[in-house]
Amino acid sequence: MKTKLATLALTAVMAASPVMAELVFPSLSYRTGPYAAGGIPYADGYADYFNLLNERDGGIGGVMTKVIECETGYNTEKGVECYESTKGEGALVYNPLSTGITYQLIPKVTADGIPLYTPGYGRTSAANGKVFSNVFNFPANYWNAASLAVNHLLDINGGDIKGKKVALVYHNSAYGKEPIRTLEELAAKHGFELKAIPVDHPGQEQKSQWLQIRRDKPDYVLMWGWGVMNQVAIQEAANIRFPMENFVGVWWSGGEHDVTPAGDSSNGYKAVTFHNVGTDFPVFDEVKTHLVDAGKAAGAANNIGTALYNRGFYAAMLLAEAARKAQEIHGTPDITPAMMRDGMEALEITEARMAELGMPNFGPAFAVSCENHGGPGTGAIQQWDASAKTWSLISEFGGSDMDVIQPLIDADSEAYAAENNITPGCN
Amino acid sequence: MPDQLLFAIEVTLNGLMAGVMYALVALGFVLIFKASGIFNYAQGVMALFAALTLVGLQNGQVPFAHLINAIFGTDVHHFGWHLPAFVAIILTIGVMILLAIIVERYVLKHLVNQEPIILFMATIGLAYFMEGFGDMMWGSEIKKLDVGLPQGISESIDATTYNWFGYGFFIDRLDIVATVIAALLVISLTLFSQYSKQGRALRAVADDHQAALSVGISLRFIWVLVWSIAGFVALVAGIMWGAKSGVQFSLSLIALKALPVLMLGGFTSIPGAIVGGLIIGVGEKLFEFAIGPMIGGATENWFAYVLALLFLVFRPQGLFGEKIIERV
Repeated sequence: MKTKLATLALTAVMAASPVMAELVFPSLSYRTGPYAAGGIPYADGYADYFNLLNERDGGIGGVMTKVIECETGYNTEKGVECYESTKGEGALVYNPLSTGITYQLIPKVTADGIPLYTPGYGRTSAANGKVFSNVFNFPANYWNAASLAVNHLLDINGGDIKGKKVALVYHNSAYGKEPIRTLEELAAKHGFELKAIPVDHPGQEQKSQWLQIRRDKPDYVLMWGWGVMNQVAIQEAANIRFPMENFVGVWWSGGEHDVTPAGDSSNGYKAVTFHNVGTDFPVFDEVKTHLVDAGKAAGAANNIGTALYNRGFYAAMLLAEAARKAQEIHGTPDITPAMMRDGMEALEITEARMAELGMPNFGPAFAVSCENHGGPGTGAIQQWDASAKTWSLISEFGGSDMDVIQPLIDADSEAYAAENNITPGCN
Repeated sequence: MPDQLLFAIEVTLNGLMAGVMYALVALGFVLIFKASGIFNYAQGVMALFAALTLVGLQNGQVPFAHLINAIFGTDVHHFGWHLPAFVAIILTIGVMILLAIIVERYVLKHLVNQEPIILFMATIGLAYFMEGFGDMMWGSEIKKLDVGLPQGISESIDATTYNWFGYGFFIDRLDIVATVIAALLVISLTLFSQYSKQGRALRAVADDHQAALSVGISLRFIWVLVWSIAGFVALVAGIMWGAKSGVQFSLSLIALKALPVLMLGGFTSIPGAIVGGLIIGVGEKLFEFAIGPMIGGATENWFAYVLALLFLVFRPQGLFGEKIIERV
């Protein structure tokens, strides 16, 4: 009887214990539907980095990583379903690649104690970690992007854009409207004239908007688009012979799939970016050796080095470094979501570390803190070469105008704190 | 001439051109509804599927490559050929006819005499199936469509109007081509339905399918015929819209632009689809031009439906739809 009881107890203990600990990174991806062209390379890059760590290093700190993909179709409801269905699997952090999903997840992750990572998208004012304890959007956000685009216009105009006409063609959604306030502030500061021109979802038909641009003759056009809106806008700009070098998109309007449908006409189009472009980094040799040649690369392995692939890859690298930091802080390789949050808040990326990872100058060196979950807000400008079919950086990574952006972040995050009875502060 | 008037004329001309593009999509809906009383929810996806097939065949893409590679561990993606656009279009028409046969044999045949709502639901299922099937067959990346269509501003119209008015009008050459093709399509469809044996049979089925059956017309053949023609129209719409944005999955959303056209022009009239398209195109563009800036812009999507609703209030069957008279 005693033996039977002991066997039962042992069986129960074994069943309750995890067979093998894993660091779980859910990927709320979209490989189908109208936005798949952007979703696929991002998801591939995200998965490849974690797979590379497994194949090359045996995971992070000796613990294997696991990427659980859940298809959202860029649909907010499906994104929330994905969150609910995967959070019980030990999810350490979510990166939903959708501003709509992000807004829905912010209260949920805060209640569940799971960090949410939204690099270059999501709720901009989440950069204030005193209010948004579980949300991180380093190294740059939408408002940084708006400022970086204006900085580029300043650079090419000798620092003076007073009296210039700038049109903003934006997706008529919460995402598309994000930069307007910042651009209005910057227009007042630098004396340029801003005209915001909305494009309704999905953006397949933009004749009215581009006829208006043709009539108004702005000096520059900025674009906040996603999906088919980007491709149509670039084609329509070419149709009205708007100079491509005066057309600057946000980083979500700066993928290869955005420019290639317009062919040679898209030559010279520019976009803001918060990370480097191309495959000229040692880490991609390792991706080839450990993943592509071994048949273990994500998807069809045909997106490596594209803008969105690099963004997903970079996001995964930053999260892996945060996980490493969490292991270091808490002295255990098997970290929890709360520990992961601590690691993200204590993350420090140096140039030396990026070089060590085979990604020298891939992104900025920065440190995260409780006060600043948004990172340095730096970025560069990339330009499309239609004949070579490549993006090239045409500027150094530079800072954005935090004198304008920080008060906006403070005001918006404080309003959120007041609405949700949050007492801002750091632990 | 005052600048605002010139701009309004330019907007009107572009609205007419945009209307033709909407009408191209609406035509497919009309053909199927007219012949079978089915509102084909899958028409937008058919345009997407046709365009995907065209580009895939033209570029020598191996269909189901991801699936084949995943199952057999191979690494095949392309056959290594590049077909001329004309050949690829002919082959795509063949695929759309095959699709029509499959739809008739495996879906419609089993739903004869069912309520229209059942048939409508079947087309919803068909739409989702075709979207997934297209994804699996050709992949979901954006593809450049190159069938030699001209694009960009028409220099001659720009120069001529500049000489006349001191302001050059913008007319996209692709829109001019679309207009010519739409006109040819309507003329061909009208001639076909008026003067060919199959066309007369199609009209007979549209009028009263039981009476048509009683005189020996094959309902199944007519359905295959009409779905094939709708497939061809979907291919034309897919080419025109795909040339603007590349061939991508959002192409299926162009169906949304056809709905107000159908409401306005009527679900059973081919000329109605054209006139409805033109009215919607001009109406939404002029409204955006004149009123849009005062109310924040982006009015086109909803204004098209408001315009269609206004027409519906006074003429529920649409401008050219058949008047519904039910006698007790």
